[in-house]
Amino acid sequence: MKKFDKDRLLLGLAGPALALVVAFLLTSVVLLLSGRDPVEPYTLMFENAEFTDVQVLILNQTGTYYLAALAVAIGFRMNLFNIGVDGQYRLAAMLAAVVGASIELPGPLHILLIVLVAMLVGALWSGIAGFLKTTRGVSEVVSTIMLNSIATSLIAWLILPANLGVQPAGSNDLTTGEIAESGWMPGLDVEGGSIYGFTLIAFALGVVYWFVLNRTRFGFDLRATGESESAAQASGVDAKRMVLTAMLISGAVAGLSGMPLLLGQTHTYSLSFPVGVGFTGITIALLGRNNPVGIFFAALLISFLEKTSASLDQYGYEKEIATIMQGLIVISVVVSYELVRQYGLRRQQQKVGEELAAQARKNKEEVAA
Amino acid sequence: MKILYGMQKPDEGTITVDGTQVTFASPADAIATGIGMVHQHFMLADNLTVLENVVLGGEKLHGIGSRARKRILEISEAYGLGVRPDALVEQLGVADRQRVEILKVLYRGARTLILDEPTAVLVPQEVDALFDNLRELKAEGLTVIFISHKLGEVLSVADDITVIRRGTTVGTADPRTTTPKQLAELMVGSELPSPETRESTVTGVPMLQVAGLQLNAVDPDGVVREVLAGIDFTIHKGEVMGIAGVEGNGQTELIEALMGMRDPDGGVISLDGADISHLPTRKRREGGLGYIPEDRHRHGLLLEAPLWENRILGHVTQAPNSKKGLLDPKAARRDTERIVREYDVRTPGIDVTAASLSGGNQQKLIVGREMSHAPKLLIAAHPTRGVDVGAQAQIWDQIREARREGLAVLLISADLDELIGLSDTLRVMYRGRLVADADPATITPEELGSAMTGAATGHLEATPEELAAAKTAADQQATAPAGTDAPGGTGESDASAGTGESAPTEHSARPEQSARPENGESR
Repeated sequence: MKKFDKDRLLLGLAGPALALVVAFLLTSVVLLLSGRDPVEPYTLMFENAEFTDVQVLILNQTGTYYLAALAVAIGFRMNLFNIGVDGQYRLAAMLAAVVGASIELPGPLHILLIVLVAMLVGALWSGIAGFLKTTRGVSEVVSTIMLNSIATSLIAWLILPANLGVQPAGSNDLTTGEIAESGWMPGLDVEGGSIYGFTLIAFALGVVYWFVLNRTRFGFDLRATGESESAAQASGVDAKRMVLTAMLISGAVAGLSGMPLLLGQTHTYSLSFPVGVGFTGITIALLGRNNPVGIFFAALLISFLEKTSASLDQYGYEKEIATIMQGLIVISVVVSYELVRQYGLRRQQQKVGEELAAQARKNKEEVAA
Repeated sequence: MKILYGMQKPDEGTITVDGTQVTFASPADAIATGIGMVHQHFMLADNLTVLENVVLGGEKLHGIGSRARKRILEISEAYGLGVRPDALVEQLGVADRQRVEILKVLYRGARTLILDEPTAVLVPQEVDALFDNLRELKAEGLTVIFISHKLGEVLSVADDITVIRRGTTVGTADPRTTTPKQLAELMVGSELPSPETRESTVTGVPMLQVAGLQLNAVDPDGVVREVLAGIDFTIHKGEVMGIAGVEGNGQTELIEALMGMRDPDGGVISLDGADISHLPTRKRREGGLGYIPEDRHRHGLLLEAPLWENRILGHVTQAPNSKKGLLDPKAARRDTERIVREYDVRTPGIDVTAASLSGGNQQKLIVGREMSHAPKLLIAAHPTRGVDVGAQAQIWDQIREARREGLAVLLISADLDELIGLSDTLRVMYRGRLVADADPATITPEELGSAMTGAATGHLEATPEELAAAKTAADQQATAPAGTDAPGGTGESDASAGTGESAPTEHSARPEQSARPENGESR
């Protein structure tokens, strides 16, 4: 029945398409209401994207977002709402940077150590939420939000020069000290800049994500638990252990999302390290429907909006237009996916009914003949 | 049914109520025209009183205070429903809840009632009471649409019968001149399926042994409650043991303890000689436990996943679904095709979602899946609930077939005919204990029904005349598996003759319905 596959693909694309169209239209309405040209910002943004340096920026940003969104998606597939990706990512990046700056090892080992520390810290931080959920029944939504705040305060305290931080001479910024060059990850030099090495690893992880979910027993258990916890439990999945495992993996991947930037460019964690990556990751995972390819395009879109809108204010438009648009995308995504899902389900039921009726008719005719 | 109640829109055709043609966009429209529906699964809020449940959503009719109470009592009296407006719904039994549902519909001014499989959850005595209520309604000039797959009930309560098969009307019948057999033939287009098993295949090899099983639950207010206590039984290879009981008396918990979804607080469960009391569910399933859950949507299927993924569910670690931790989608798909073919699952393909199949076909898929792993013990909870007659017969056949090959089956069902027909041994569960046992060759649904309400315990014996009649029947059939054969039977077995005899007297107060002719004749 290839037909149903094609149907599913079409419906799968209809959701995001509908959401994006609605979001663009609504943004135009906002622009109109504020007395601006409703189309010009878009053309400006597209023109902006023609510069190669902007393209490199977009791609690198995509890598970071891709990892954050994968972390969120792992939770989503299991019906877990890991809102704490942001805290996990920041704390992991910071502690990995601290460890990286304090040790010197031969090249690949140094990088590997930093990456491992990041994964461990991320997993540990999300593991707290997983532990609370399995032992005390605390909603992971609440605990991860709280853990985000705690992470913010913890980082602010740890980065004080009295503790782990360093204040570079003649600067107000606080950093964790620079990682030695052996811990820098080489990038891919192209026209317009350098694509971080870890960006490519990020995309490779998408393949791993697909493989684990769709081709392993573990992935099947995870998806089954997400689709129906009661059915999974009856089928022999230990739901509690699954919650904890999924949270740990999600946190570990969240920990990785700081790596492209840390290993490829800043080589230190500072106060100016980007925040909110985890929240953008939620948007992207939603828009990409937890599908590794979908997430890639969603991450690309959001990065595009963000990077190309940066120079909008030169032309008298606020760059927050892109932020408004992101928000509108989230809302329309949620609404349109549910609409498309229900429509799809109903349509399939109808089709199955029709086909069965047709089969029955055929049988009857054969009998008659 | 959904169309009549405005939940779905028809593609073609018309509905005429009282001579005027109507179209329904929603259930509200249907209610406004006087059509009311009593659902198979009750739609009541447990933590509200009867009064509150009835007025919920109908506040505009008679307010929520004394006027509403007066109206409820009026209706209750007029139709003999005996509803107490201030009782909490959670304290009511199933039959009472059903009466509240009916009252709810009448309160909204319904003149036409649709009852969807209303007897599925009732014991025979309660069914009789329901039928009395329905006759009252009829006498008052109301129209009742009674949907059921139990032929005897339809024949005894209906004035006019329409048979629907696979979405088309296949015929109408007059209950006064139609025999159950004719009706059944109309329904399935062939012979009446019967759960009756002919020869006994019980062996002396114990397959599942349960001893002293105990399960406690802690209420929200901290009180520890025994959900299961002192459960002892043995199921042998080739034996079907049936458990009768009003729902909510510990059957679900027993299954969960056997499946490993709940850890027992005491006692030993052993399967084929191996102690599995505290093993995780997956290990038990790998060890040969098959499971047909009572709620297939919650426990048996991933509704939005395609059929072939549902085929993997529960057996992800076993061939052909996976090899060394990796799934083998090709093999799983091939095997799904086989199940679809061999178990006659009506579907256009294996990539459609489970949700788009009918209940009967979903169940056939589950049965096929569980049987495909050569289980040693099959736990079948309400295996034919909400399943059309054709599928029902197939499922019974498959259970019988597997039993012949040495499968042990634990059958839990609310359909007493099914229990009596399929089982080799019968137990009755009441308040978390196995209180009575019976020989399916001689027991009647009525006797079983009164034991289910706790009125009779121990070994259920028929009255002397019945026994004599049954004995000749049994001799002819040469079926022998008696309930008391099982080791570890309830301790009270011996002292039970007195209480056992009270069973027939209990229900003899009610007029015997000609609902089940096979049993009626023997009495």
